[in-house]
Amino acid sequence: MNILLNGESRQIPDSSTALQLVEILGLTGKRMAMEINAEIVPRSTFNEHIIQPGDNIEIVGAIGGG
Amino acid sequence: MSSQMQEKTMDIKDPLVIDGIEYSSRLLVGTGKYDSLQQAKQAIDTSGAEIITMAVRRTNIGQNPEEPNLLEILSPDDYTYLPNTAGCYSADDAVRTCRLARELLDGHSLVKLEVLGDEKTLFPDVSETYKAAEILIKEGFKIMVYTNDDPIAAKRLEEMGCVAVMPLAAPIGSGLGIRNPFNIATIVENAKVPILVDAGVGTASDAAIAMELGCDGLLMQTAIAGAKDPVLMASAMRKAVEAGREAYHAGRIPKKRYATASSPVDGLFF
Repeated sequence: MNILLNGESRQIPDSSTALQLVEILGLTGKRMAMEINAEIVPRSTFNEHIIQPGDNIEIVGAIGGG
Repeated sequence: MSSQMQEKTMDIKDPLVIDGIEYSSRLLVGTGKYDSLQQAKQAIDTSGAEIITMAVRRTNIGQNPEEPNLLEILSPDDYTYLPNTAGCYSADDAVRTCRLARELLDGHSLVKLEVLGDEKTLFPDVSETYKAAEILIKEGFKIMVYTNDDPIAAKRLEEMGCVAVMPLAAPIGSGLGIRNPFNIATIVENAKVPILVDAGVGTASDAAIAMELGCDGLLMQTAIAGAKDPVLMASAMRKAVEAGREAYHAGRIPKKRYATASSPVDGLFF
């Protein structure tokens, strides 16, 4: 299915969970936060949250800034 | 907070108290604009800062997974992080950023709220700042709020429930130092929460002046990271903040129009 990830279109397997997406992206164990359709998906629920086709996903992390 | 940090609170003299937590350093620094994370860590440790800021941005997916992450080099176990809402021009974006930051830092709710109004000056949009503050305070965030040097805005943000108010000295990154010391002094006089000058500091004397005006602390980024020798500037800033605070407590002499001799007149032999 097609999703929007950090502003870019991407194909991922149907019915992927948020946890599976993190694994696909190689971000397992990295500190980050995820929003799907402008709502935060808590890390504790990644395993249960099933991504829908067309979901607009933002994955953010901490970077240096003032 | 790590146990190291908790132990320190037992003997802090003249602590900076933010939202009930004591800090020994009154210098807060940013983590950006350094040549490397290693240089950032060296400068930050030299500065003695305990509270450091960070920004929330899209993760670079697929690029360089080996690249060290900010939170790996400067661990949240060793520093108190202050996520900022840099780059936000609306209350909605700032609120969204704070929520993501809290999720990123496992429920840590101390944030720096900044809502900008203009790209050239990076001055705050105070009315959007009020809107964001109202929402965030209801959601339990502890806000250190960036604002302009307007005593009315500063007091209003305090009364809304911000845990600290941070008036700018001058535009972000401008290095101009405190443009309106009288406004800063008024803000300090009226405040019941810590007042920290944030933005526009250029060099050590600017930091000392802020502390001499009675400010509780300073937040700076470019003044250190942008200096030719950031680690040396971090050292200078640490001393300046300490010197300014001591001078403030020491009670300076008044400024006078004319001279008063330093040596006695009695006993002159000519």
